[in-house]
Amino acid sequence: MASDPTPSTEKQQPQQSPLSASSKLTRLGVIGVVLLCVVGTFLYFGGWFSPHKLTPSRFVDGFQKVYGFHSGFRRNHAKGVCVTGFFVGNGQGMRLSKAVVFRAGRVPVIGRFSLGGGDPYVSDSPDQVRGLGLQFSLPDGEKWRTAMIDFPVFPFHTPQDFYENLLASQPDPNTHKLDPQKLAAFATSHPEFVQAIKIIQSRPPASGFDNSAFYGLNAFRFTNGAGQSKFVRWALMPVQPYAPASGSPQGDKNYLFDGLIASIHQHPLQWHLIVTVGQPGDPTDDASLMWPEGREQVDVGTLTLDSVQSEETSPARDINFDPLVLPDGIAPSDDPLLSARSAVYSQSFTRRAGEKKLPSAITPADVQK
Amino acid sequence: MAFVRQQFTASMRFFHWLMAVLVLAMLCIGVAMVASLGDYHILVSIHRPIGILILILVVIRFVNRCFSTLPPFPPTMSPQERHIAHLSELLMYTLLFVQPLVGWGMLSAARYPIVMWGSLHLFPILPRSVMLYAVLRETHTILAYLLFLAIVAHFGAVLFHTLVVRDRLLNRMVPWKARAN
Repeated sequence: MASDPTPSTEKQQPQQSPLSASSKLTRLGVIGVVLLCVVGTFLYFGGWFSPHKLTPSRFVDGFQKVYGFHSGFRRNHAKGVCVTGFFVGNGQGMRLSKAVVFRAGRVPVIGRFSLGGGDPYVSDSPDQVRGLGLQFSLPDGEKWRTAMIDFPVFPFHTPQDFYENLLASQPDPNTHKLDPQKLAAFATSHPEFVQAIKIIQSRPPASGFDNSAFYGLNAFRFTNGAGQSKFVRWALMPVQPYAPASGSPQGDKNYLFDGLIASIHQHPLQWHLIVTVGQPGDPTDDASLMWPEGREQVDVGTLTLDSVQSEETSPARDINFDPLVLPDGIAPSDDPLLSARSAVYSQSFTRRAGEKKLPSAITPADVQK
Repeated sequence: MAFVRQQFTASMRFFHWLMAVLVLAMLCIGVAMVASLGDYHILVSIHRPIGILILILVVIRFVNRCFSTLPPFPPTMSPQERHIAHLSELLMYTLLFVQPLVGWGMLSAARYPIVMWGSLHLFPILPRSVMLYAVLRETHTILAYLLFLAIVAHFGAVLFHTLVVRDRLLNRMVPWKARAN
């Protein structure tokens, strides 16, 4: 750094009458108040004056409270197995979105199947929500990540609802039983939850991961090369034929994952990526509502998953399937869940990134079968 | 009599106030976004490009400073005070340079796409490692608070000189042309 030039002559300051003690004190007080205002503004933005506001950190604390602390694991959808494959776009999506992923051609995909909840060693059961996180690596270096579940609608309208339900579903620490009163109270005060659960339960879950449909849930905004925008939702519809689940078999606590591993070793698994185009008036800010029947559906390409890995050996363990990692041509809608998902996933990712990684329920040996 | 500068050069003052606004905004955006659910995405989307803008500006500003003639310290500043002023300036330049790099580095280590605008994104500058991400993410927070404290201390010192010592220290950096003493 350049040194300051030393002036040849220093101009004498005109003599000022010295400040009186009280005047000096007042001026110091003014400085103190100004600095306090600056610090206060900063702390205000940081949420220091709203200790009860739901923040990403408190949300993740909620998961840890309900499911316990499991070092190195995702705070939700903790139990999982990783997959790789590719997506072949058929070019049909290009009229809806300029995103490179929709051009005709093949892009590599890495993903992770999971079960909902924060217990990484939970026993598989048919009614647990199933998740599929995917990352598409586009040829121009962009990434598209999406985290989908096998429910056609999400049972909660807002992040606050999700959080309240999470806490209401915490088992009693002594009896390890759910509190039906708390759950009933939540249902009574959230009619949209009851409605969404009805839709979800109108069809039994599929027998396995491989024949489950996965839904992106939230609405997104697609913009095509001509600058026209439309709201859409997307879903992966399995090529593997649907069969309803028939209870969980005794003795295999990983039967869903073992079934997936066996199936992917037999043949590559495939899904059609179906984009549903919304009409003006369709709800874009509420994932708990279905869009009306008869909306235009566009099959934009086929996802193929042909390889399975344990979390320990796959880079997918360390991917945050943040639904707002989007390529140019796909943008978020006004759904409040989207930003909240991004924020909470990021908080969960940051916590687990620095933690010691414990072995996953599905081990490297399991995926060799 | 040799000409003695009363103020920092116009370009130095321009960079100072432009960066003052950007950096204070960034610090507020930063603490707000990590505590926000609803505004997280929009805030993080502007945090990334402004961070890179600050990185570019601080490099230009530093080069500009190296080639500029600086006004002398006022005689009211003791040698000790001048020494502290030098060190704090060095500290702030360092923080302004390192903080965006840590942000870029941590996203690189986590293999987050570092999206600037549209399809424009930056290349990763560090190898993939979530442990490295975790360390840098923590560092990013600590440096942010340190930078904020340095700015508050700097502001307090200038206010003290201007209001209590009354040596017109602030005139050296005001955006307009200050009257000569």
